[in-house]
Amino acid sequence: MKYETVIGLEVHAQLLTNSKLFCSCRVKFGSEPNSEVCPICLGMPGVLPVINRRAVEYAVKMALATDCTVNEKSVFSRKNYFYPDLPKGYQVSQFDLPVAEHGHIDIELGDPRKDETEIKRIGITRIHMEEDAGKLIHGEGADDKDISYVDLNRTGTALIEIVSEPDMRNPEEASAYLKTIRDILLYLGICDGNMQEGSFRCDANISIRPVGQKELGTRTELKNMNSFKFIRDALNYEIQRHIDVIEGGEKIIQETRLFDVQKGVTRSMRGKEEAHDYRYHPEPDLLPLIVPNELIEKARGEMPELPTEKKNRFMDEYKLPIYDAGVLTGSKEMAKYFEESLTASCKLSGIPEEEKPKQAKITSNWVMGELTALLKENSLDISECKVTPKSLAELINMVSKDTISGKVAKDVLGEMFSSDKSAEEIVKEKGLVQISDTGELSAVIDKILSDNADSVEKYKAGKTKLMGFFVGEVMKATKGQANPGVASKLIKDKLG
Amino acid sequence: MSITDKDVKHVAGLARLNLSSEDTSLYTTQLKKILAHVEKLSEVNTEGVPPTTSTVPEARPMREDEAKPLRESLVGQECALENAPATKDGYFTVPKVIE
Repeated sequence: MKYETVIGLEVHAQLLTNSKLFCSCRVKFGSEPNSEVCPICLGMPGVLPVINRRAVEYAVKMALATDCTVNEKSVFSRKNYFYPDLPKGYQVSQFDLPVAEHGHIDIELGDPRKDETEIKRIGITRIHMEEDAGKLIHGEGADDKDISYVDLNRTGTALIEIVSEPDMRNPEEASAYLKTIRDILLYLGICDGNMQEGSFRCDANISIRPVGQKELGTRTELKNMNSFKFIRDALNYEIQRHIDVIEGGEKIIQETRLFDVQKGVTRSMRGKEEAHDYRYHPEPDLLPLIVPNELIEKARGEMPELPTEKKNRFMDEYKLPIYDAGVLTGSKEMAKYFEESLTASCKLSGIPEEEKPKQAKITSNWVMGELTALLKENSLDISECKVTPKSLAELINMVSKDTISGKVAKDVLGEMFSSDKSAEEIVKEKGLVQISDTGELSAVIDKILSDNADSVEKYKAGKTKLMGFFVGEVMKATKGQANPGVASKLIKDKLG
Repeated sequence: MSITDKDVKHVAGLARLNLSSEDTSLYTTQLKKILAHVEKLSEVNTEGVPPTTSTVPEARPMREDEAKPLRESLVGQECALENAPATKDGYFTVPKVIE
């Protein structure tokens, strides 16, 4: 039988606030254990939690970015369960009245390199605010193998949970959805998106059903997937497991399963069924959250250009191919770098507005190609790049003005990357200026032609493809400094 | 609404309470009475009335996002661990929990 997979995702994003959601403790990764805590986040009796305004603003921004309706009134509830990382015995979350709901995002599927892409809309059921739990470390030594260590620094940190509709049909769609959500959070600057440190986490609900069947199959929930690769691996494993169980004549049990990174399998979290009785009820220590219209309007006024808008603008304004636009808007730092280089280079050579697209493609090739390769080689982020957008523009202009050849420019960029020198300084110092002087090139060409008499014969006999070989020899002889255009014209004339 | 020994055991389990069978039947009887008393409320027609989650309609305070402790004496590792039954190297310690 043929099956269809149904996937819904729950994303937890830690908000980049200075203080926690309901108390003024510092939010800081890597402090001494249990040092960033106070009576409120430790769950001492008699304390008064007060909500952090910035956390509300951030949640509203995510709601606006995903076309959700912001609820004027939402309610915090207690989600009750026992676990050592939860000092109060309940997590303050939102249940029946979340801060925002009924939104959607568009994800891009297919291969942008081949210009074969399609857009799919994924529904966002809700966004709610909640506090994070602490961290557990399990003893592994001879003296501590029977204990777990509890660090409550993270307890009470502000999170938003973004819940999708079960609209995804395969792991690729799930992955594209997650990437899109993460990009939006990063563009908004409200979450650092770090999966390894757990500030961006994802749980997946997955089920399968025979193709054509309307009602959903029994779902399982997957946890503990802290990279995009693990998410795809876990989902693929789970799909096959569901098929095997059903084809084997058995039934899927609704349960929570952990992905085992080492073994690449999912396994049941025993005894979680009982704990799933969370007995939600309104948190009596907190008033309902009222989001005033002014707060929404302020958030709206601060909204940056979002990844999809930027990408569409790059295609529209600069006529860039979808692939280029996608890569360049992959992070807002990269997009900023590209636009600054482009502006600088248009200004340097006085390129008029209507010729901007041509310059944009040239700049795009440099940023996506050589520059990205150099960043990768040196494990650097574009924000740490020594070569400023203006310096790159200068280099690009030296090529378009035929001062240096494209090949030399690549070496110069490498040099710029590891030194503080400008392109012009390096070219001058090393004498790399392109040779366009016909007299100088003529001498080089004459030597090459006489050294390769047999190739000259073949060329004359009609094997004109050999032009590439001659130009290559000229480039070699001049260490890449010859102007290939001038050289090929000269050769043609000489072989007349 | 009627409550059985099974319900009481379930709730006790969620609260990590270990009840003897005498306790269980005692609490079942008591809870039955309490619930019967509260049941009276369901006689009121609440159609179209939104659930009350708070009786303080006006005050809506929010805190500015400033990381500063309320009182120095109430924060820090030493203070946090003071009442804990078991600690080690700045951590609370508990019997191993692993899923």
